[in-house]
Amino acid sequence: MSQKNRLQSGGRIDRSKPLTFTYNGKQFEGFAGDTLASALLANGVDIIGRSFKYSRPRGIVAAGAEEPNAVMQLGATEATQVPNVRATQQELFSGLVSGSTNGWPSVDNDIMGVLGKVGGKMMPPGFYYKTFMYPATMWETYEKVIRKAAGLGRSPNEYDPDTYDKVNQHADLVVVGAGPAGLIAALTAARGGARVIIADEQNEFGGSLLSSKESVDGKAAGAWVASVVKELEANENVIVLPRSTVNGYHDHNFLTIHQRLTDHIADRAPNGQVRQRYHRVRSKWVVLATGAHERPLVFGNNDVPGCMVANAVSTYINRFGVVPGNELVLMTTNDNAYRTAIDWHDAGRKVQAIVDTRKNPSGALVEAARERGITVMTGSAVIDVQGSKRVSGVSVAPISEDGSKVTGSVKKLSADTVASSGGWSPVIHLSCHTGSKPVWNEDVLGFLPGKTVQKQLTAGAINGTFNTAGALEEGKKAGLEALSKLGLSAVEVDVPATTEVKESKAMALFHVPHTKPTSQAPKQFVDYQNDVTAAGIELACREGFESIEHVKRYTAMGFGTDQGKLGNINGMAVAAKVLNQTIPQTGTTIFRPNYTPITFGAIAGRDCGALFDPERYSAMHKWHLENGAKFEDVGQWKRPWYFPKAGESMQEALNRECLATRESIGILDASTLGKIDIQGKDAREFLGRVYSNAWAKLPVGKCRYGLMLKEDGMVFDDGVTSCLAENHFLMTTTSGGAATVLNWLEFYHQTEWPELEVYFTSVTDHWATMTISGPNSRKLLEELIDGDVDVSKDSFKFMDWKPMSVAGVPARVFRISFTGELSFEINVQANYGLHVWEKLFEHGAKYDLTPYGTETMHILRAEKGFIIAGQDTDGSVHPYDLGMGWAVSMNKPFSFIGKRGMQREDCVRAERKQMVGIKTIDPNVVLPEGAQAVFDPTASIPMPMVGHISSSYWSACLGRSVALGFVKGGLDKMGEKVYYPLVDGRIVEAEICSPIFLDPKGERQNV
Amino acid sequence: MFYIYCPYCGEHREEEEFHNHGQAHIERPADPDSCTDEEWGNYMFFRKSPKGLHHEIWDHVAGCRKFFNVTRDTVTYEIKEVYKMGEQPKVVAE
Repeated sequence: MSQKNRLQSGGRIDRSKPLTFTYNGKQFEGFAGDTLASALLANGVDIIGRSFKYSRPRGIVAAGAEEPNAVMQLGATEATQVPNVRATQQELFSGLVSGSTNGWPSVDNDIMGVLGKVGGKMMPPGFYYKTFMYPATMWETYEKVIRKAAGLGRSPNEYDPDTYDKVNQHADLVVVGAGPAGLIAALTAARGGARVIIADEQNEFGGSLLSSKESVDGKAAGAWVASVVKELEANENVIVLPRSTVNGYHDHNFLTIHQRLTDHIADRAPNGQVRQRYHRVRSKWVVLATGAHERPLVFGNNDVPGCMVANAVSTYINRFGVVPGNELVLMTTNDNAYRTAIDWHDAGRKVQAIVDTRKNPSGALVEAARERGITVMTGSAVIDVQGSKRVSGVSVAPISEDGSKVTGSVKKLSADTVASSGGWSPVIHLSCHTGSKPVWNEDVLGFLPGKTVQKQLTAGAINGTFNTAGALEEGKKAGLEALSKLGLSAVEVDVPATTEVKESKAMALFHVPHTKPTSQAPKQFVDYQNDVTAAGIELACREGFESIEHVKRYTAMGFGTDQGKLGNINGMAVAAKVLNQTIPQTGTTIFRPNYTPITFGAIAGRDCGALFDPERYSAMHKWHLENGAKFEDVGQWKRPWYFPKAGESMQEALNRECLATRESIGILDASTLGKIDIQGKDAREFLGRVYSNAWAKLPVGKCRYGLMLKEDGMVFDDGVTSCLAENHFLMTTTSGGAATVLNWLEFYHQTEWPELEVYFTSVTDHWATMTISGPNSRKLLEELIDGDVDVSKDSFKFMDWKPMSVAGVPARVFRISFTGELSFEINVQANYGLHVWEKLFEHGAKYDLTPYGTETMHILRAEKGFIIAGQDTDGSVHPYDLGMGWAVSMNKPFSFIGKRGMQREDCVRAERKQMVGIKTIDPNVVLPEGAQAVFDPTASIPMPMVGHISSSYWSACLGRSVALGFVKGGLDKMGEKVYYPLVDGRIVEAEICSPIFLDPKGERQNV
Repeated sequence: MFYIYCPYCGEHREEEEFHNHGQAHIERPADPDSCTDEEWGNYMFFRKSPKGLHHEIWDHVAGCRKFFNVTRDTVTYEIKEVYKMGEQPKVVAE
């Protein structure tokens, strides 16, 4: 049998179900119920990775979420690669493919390891800042090498084939953690009728009981757990979530839970099942029963494979039937960890010694160990270990009572496993997420949850209550308190009997002294994942980093995927010692979400691909698709950009579309323009307040262009508003600005002028809008009008609108123009849009009716000097900067939004940047948008910049480039020269001109 | 993520339905034209950023589209009260 460390019996594994898996290309066997870590230990795999900075071999040290070393790359195919999975949390399945995330050419023989030995001295804390700073241009090269050497997993290069879900839930109570405290809390609340969600990160409920030999309620702990789970599962008010990590505790009792549904079954979710589910839960109350993590001690070479956390060793023995070695030395500061030596001994392997840092330990477990004939060395510590790829022996020395120094001679013991325990750190992470500051407790020797503003209760080891009896009592109390807070009646719950174990007082020791000073002693690791040593923290403190948050950032302590679950408290203790202060004075770093890493798949859920962002289509979208439109995103709209014919380049298509419009007719789908229906007796007054121009006298049947300003006087949107009836208007906005404008109107109405009777309704999607533009547009319209409606020059004037029937459907036709041509905007109910559009083409064929998109629209309007809000405006230009003073009515009785703002000193000064036309001297040069203007191209760099180009196109109609741009004092500089130095070194000479390049008198639309 | 009570809908809804509009109780001057540049600048640009109680406007933008006021503790993010436009807060900083 290859599983040399597997016991013949015991544990929660199924020896009748062997599973084959791959690690670093080699096949191994484990059993159902194993984690990847327990299976690797069963097979005697010592090295599972190389360390981050020094490339030292590393082995598994823990058995749960706190594992810093066994961070694996999983995945049988490229598409199913998952980086940075803790082997201690990955359940074994048949066909699992795993690999270490670092080590080259292999973890057993690593080239960087040699460098690490030599170069260790060259990599002090802050080595990023000290070593890789210069020259700055080299950083990109450094970064690649560092990342490759850094041992972080890699993301897949192919699409994830699996499906992920999100679910929103509400609960009366969420219980986090299904150990003894959580189970009884959930049971109590459920019996009282509360709607409960209980989540635990492990595959089985039970927490500490899963790896304990305790009896609960007179039976094996597992049996009691099973009976509680059965009752919870049978209760329809309870949602039981195993394999579900509560990763975040957010404001107002909002929790995020990452549930893994198939990660334990196969490489890919079978049969189209959902792989992971992200629960977003709003809970009235929360019970945190998250338990505690055991702290390893910090001693010389404590990272050599074989050095483990004491309780993890017990877990491997009791839960998985794996003894991860032959000769154990246990170092402990407390009674609790004696269990590990007892478990090891009872499994039939040798315990060399228990090295207790205390002078006179005396608890029941101490006695139990002695009764078994185990050597207990008191007042001593393991100061360093021997071995490189596996522990081969330890050095034990007596230490002073306060643990500050070695007091006697060093003795060597042979051992292949060193288990250590410095006590337990409550898992306060979730409590910290809410902003609650943790509080140091000298009895517990750990940080406890502090004052909270959340509706949060805590129970069990998170409170420093590390014994099962106490956890059960607190769990019941939390369950009853939750019921009371929820207004539900209390219920009877019997706390099951447990065996009380008397423990003697633990010693506060974190960093074990050595015969040499820390800086010269063998490396004493605090944070395994980031290779942070006690000496490194001392150095950081000596270099002046006194705040623990600074020490953390300088040394990278707690920066890994494990977030310092094992190392942070030890690091704080080391810093406290150097700074000669207490741990509470030193303070703690704050944990943030997520508790353990979460996949992007779970975060994204189904919000990817086509569902990532909604797409909006006009009623004529199908036609655009069929006619080869290229699309442009405008907000969420898919708008036709241009309609290339076979073999046409984009510019050729634009030239054709522009010329066709000016020579005959072009048609634009303008449905995306924002449309807001405004009604009420004060609608007209309201318009006068939010637009810069006058609305008091606009008669029914007329349209008017308006600029909308912010209070600072700057343009933020524009559009045409039409008077439909005395108290009824239709406002149009830019396509991207519709929602913002509606919100703007509502804001002013509701917060400033609630006395005005006016109502706003978005009708953008209700109407399909098609603009026909060009000299033949009237003829085409006339063909399609039903009945006798006069649309001739004098009875349907520019800026008039009329209701009529077009192509058999009711329509509103507006004679407005964004091209400078004779132009009609036909609005019909959206359902009729495609019908009318197709009718227009049926009749328009003889005029060569040409569809055009947003790009031609931009060219045609730029030829006329019409602005696009958001392109030619950027929040810093007022109407006068745009030369649009004609759209401002300073005489309105109400001080409209923006009026006062644009009279500020800076807004009325000379030499503001003003919008003008820009004509390149070489007509063939099209300036890039964003090009910066200068007056003197020979000025030394940095040249004084005097403006920029905001719109620039090739105009086929004019046979030259046209551009709109801003130039300091430009409106007074007509005919003067301005220069545009480009990135490629060219300097383009241009002349300032009127922005109206085509038909300055407006004769083309006045026909 | 906040859980906000909309005083118009009469229900708690998720923050995703709402939009924050900044400090509440800033009145537009009745006669802007007679404001000095400084007065107008104060109205337009200057906002409080208190540590502790803050009165702010929220908009139930994906719901009833109504604006209302919220008194929120900027340290703990507790929402102390919500009240309609035109009403005054009951919970105020000392």
